[in-house]
Amino acid sequence: MLSRVANSLYWMSRYIERAENIARLVDTNLQLLLDFRNLDEKRLAQYWLPVLQASGDEEAFFKLHEKASGAAVTEFLVFQGEHPNSIVECISQARENARMVRDQITGELWEELNGLYLFARSPEAREVWSRSPSDFFARIKASSLLMIGISNSTLTRNEGWWFVQVGKFIERADKTSRILDVRFQSLPDRGLPETISQTETVEWSAILHSCSAWDAYKALYGADVHPRQVGELLVLNEDFPRSVRFCAEELNTALRRLSGAPEGRFQNDVERHAGRLLAELRFSTVDEIFEPGLHRYLDELQTKLNTIGVALFNTYFFLSFAPVDEVQFVQQEEQQQQSQDREAAHRGRRAW
Amino acid sequence: MLQAYTRNGCFDEMLNEAGKPRSHYHRLAELFGTLTPEEFEHRRQSVDLAFLRQGITFNVYGDSRGAEKIFPFDLVPRVISAAEWEYLERGLKQRITALNLFLHDIYHEQKIVQDGVVPPYYILSGKHFRREFVNFQVPKDIYIHVCGTDLIRGAKGEWMVLEDNGRCPSGVSYVLENRRAMKRTFPSMFETIGVRPVENYPHELLKMLQHIAPAGVSNPTIALLTPGAYNSAYFEHTYLARQMGIEIVEGRDLVVQDEQVFMRTTKGLHPVHVIYRRIDDDFLDPTVFRPDSMLGVPGIVRAYRAGNVSLANSIGTGIADDKVMYYFIPRIIKYYLGEDPLIPNVPTYLASEEADKKYILENLPSLVVKAANESGGYGMLMGPKASKAEIEKFRELILEDPRNYIAQPMIMLSQHPTMVDGSFEGRHIDLRPYIVYGEKITIVPGGLTRVALRKGSLVVNSSQGGGSKDTWVLYGDE
Repeated sequence: MLSRVANSLYWMSRYIERAENIARLVDTNLQLLLDFRNLDEKRLAQYWLPVLQASGDEEAFFKLHEKASGAAVTEFLVFQGEHPNSIVECISQARENARMVRDQITGELWEELNGLYLFARSPEAREVWSRSPSDFFARIKASSLLMIGISNSTLTRNEGWWFVQVGKFIERADKTSRILDVRFQSLPDRGLPETISQTETVEWSAILHSCSAWDAYKALYGADVHPRQVGELLVLNEDFPRSVRFCAEELNTALRRLSGAPEGRFQNDVERHAGRLLAELRFSTVDEIFEPGLHRYLDELQTKLNTIGVALFNTYFFLSFAPVDEVQFVQQEEQQQQSQDREAAHRGRRAW
Repeated sequence: MLQAYTRNGCFDEMLNEAGKPRSHYHRLAELFGTLTPEEFEHRRQSVDLAFLRQGITFNVYGDSRGAEKIFPFDLVPRVISAAEWEYLERGLKQRITALNLFLHDIYHEQKIVQDGVVPPYYILSGKHFRREFVNFQVPKDIYIHVCGTDLIRGAKGEWMVLEDNGRCPSGVSYVLENRRAMKRTFPSMFETIGVRPVENYPHELLKMLQHIAPAGVSNPTIALLTPGAYNSAYFEHTYLARQMGIEIVEGRDLVVQDEQVFMRTTKGLHPVHVIYRRIDDDFLDPTVFRPDSMLGVPGIVRAYRAGNVSLANSIGTGIADDKVMYYFIPRIIKYYLGEDPLIPNVPTYLASEEADKKYILENLPSLVVKAANESGGYGMLMGPKASKAEIEKFRELILEDPRNYIAQPMIMLSQHPTMVDGSFEGRHIDLRPYIVYGEKITIVPGGLTRVALRKGSLVVNSSQGGGSKDTWVLYGDE
């Protein structure tokens, strides 16, 4: 498979997953705030700031907005064109990457993604949003899940499929860990809190909802929500499909299928880093997660996921990136049509 | 709905002189006659929506929001009878055969020049003549593998060739997608009327590409070389690659080592043997042609010369669709085949011939002037519709560089009923059949019918307000 194609499939998959995760995160936070009445501006900011931090784009936000008000944060995370990780931009990037590999994906998958893109860019999207944000997010989430289903039942299990899997599970592991980190300020620096207030219970429940983990949690631990169990489920659980451990298992399977490396061994750097992370997750206890402080633990986890991403790039994609002058490149592509309008539309092609 | 439709002046594809449907339009007229305007509009909208959803669009340049448009599609198909198509097919085969013989000759012995049929000046001054390839043996002696010849009909319905596109003709994906859309929208009509299928095109194209593989390569790796996702024909490139099951590559995906072309894959370098390139000569290899090209592949021309990779179309075919060379094509056909052209040219005047130049300059307001090497409707003057200033501008252009201009009388293209704002009106059309030259010459029945959607307009190009129609070649004559 062409390195460039593999790279596009990987990013297509990551962006679809990213859009869905942001949708869940923002949706849950909006619903959470409905439970609290009479929050002043400062208290509100305490709920929206962590959401921004979870998305990893706090700095970019404050370049565009002054205060972390609900309206500003939702605009930033959902529609903002200047923000490459807003939901609408994620969908556009996913679709742009898919467009570059139209021949590699099925018509069914393309039509769903393209349909979502057309919706997200249409005035209708704004209308749905202002009428009911929850309906809007439902549409985004349903479409993402539909795409995963379509991929599962229409894509051939060839090399491209495994790059799609790699993208999906790296992104999902990263987002689960970030969502789990949303309430770290209510935790002690190290270890677990002695007691949990009622408000905190609602907040930790919101984290479960953000990860579509509410039902799984209840089935395992009952209705009593405690950070210890939330952390255990979202990081270490072997069977829950959004836990970091589960993602790491799938990631390792996908990487081994790409290279043919046997279980327990590695042939390249990306397998080495991913395998090491998996071993850690397999042989850790929940107390070891909270002992250094959940926030610090998750921070390190995200660094490890980044390292895996970089190693993946160097192992499989790097070959295709001879340096090119992007603007001139786009101009020539268009010039081929002898267009009158030679003003190049310069858009980001990739996401580094 | 069709009852209200009438002729106006020029040749009408559907209605005869008495205002009655021609025999090969009978059944279509009947079937469309039963549709109400509401039904028709409903179907039209669902087709547009399907095109948008499937991303069958072209890019609008210079729009940073990445706007894409669908190529307007008119639901009233254009119908060609079996007998008429048989004639066109013979004419097109004759023409591509002669063009290939001509290209072989001018890149080898140049007998046609020595015999004084085509003056050497016109060949040597052609922008697309590649003297680097004189005496180069192209695989299987085929130069133009894919040709899109534009045909029009004059006032009496007589067919004429308007131009030959022998470089990278585009649009064939619309032929295939238009047909799919029509089948979904009017399934029963196809059974009743009897329309020849077009779906075989990707298969024929692939067979041709396999045919030209370098000697000794039994299972060639074939790739389509695209300028990239920002090119307006990108949809077509991915579409064809997908239909043929071949790789689609950009220049940066390829690398040349030891005169062999490789793709950069996740498992290292992988050899490529045949390239269907949708990039012009100029951009193909920065070490040979435009040095600033970033779309091409450094060294690919050396690999081609070494016979390790085959290209379709070959390098240097542009000289054959130079608009000045067009003037000589009837003579070229006569010279190589000893036959008169079955489908005539539009009468043409060369600005570089003194007598013709005089005639052109005196009659600018009634002529169509074209630049020799432009396509897509650019660099063109429509005398009868132009302002004084435009005419004067072209007068100067012609005087400055006569070699670069030809002129033709304004041809009233035939018209065809077309849906405009809820009723059927006559709009001018042309036809671009796609000819594939491999082991044998195959032409997909029909081709792309382009329609000028603006009232009275004679310009059918998609970049200038044109749309398209499905083209139905019948099994019979009615």
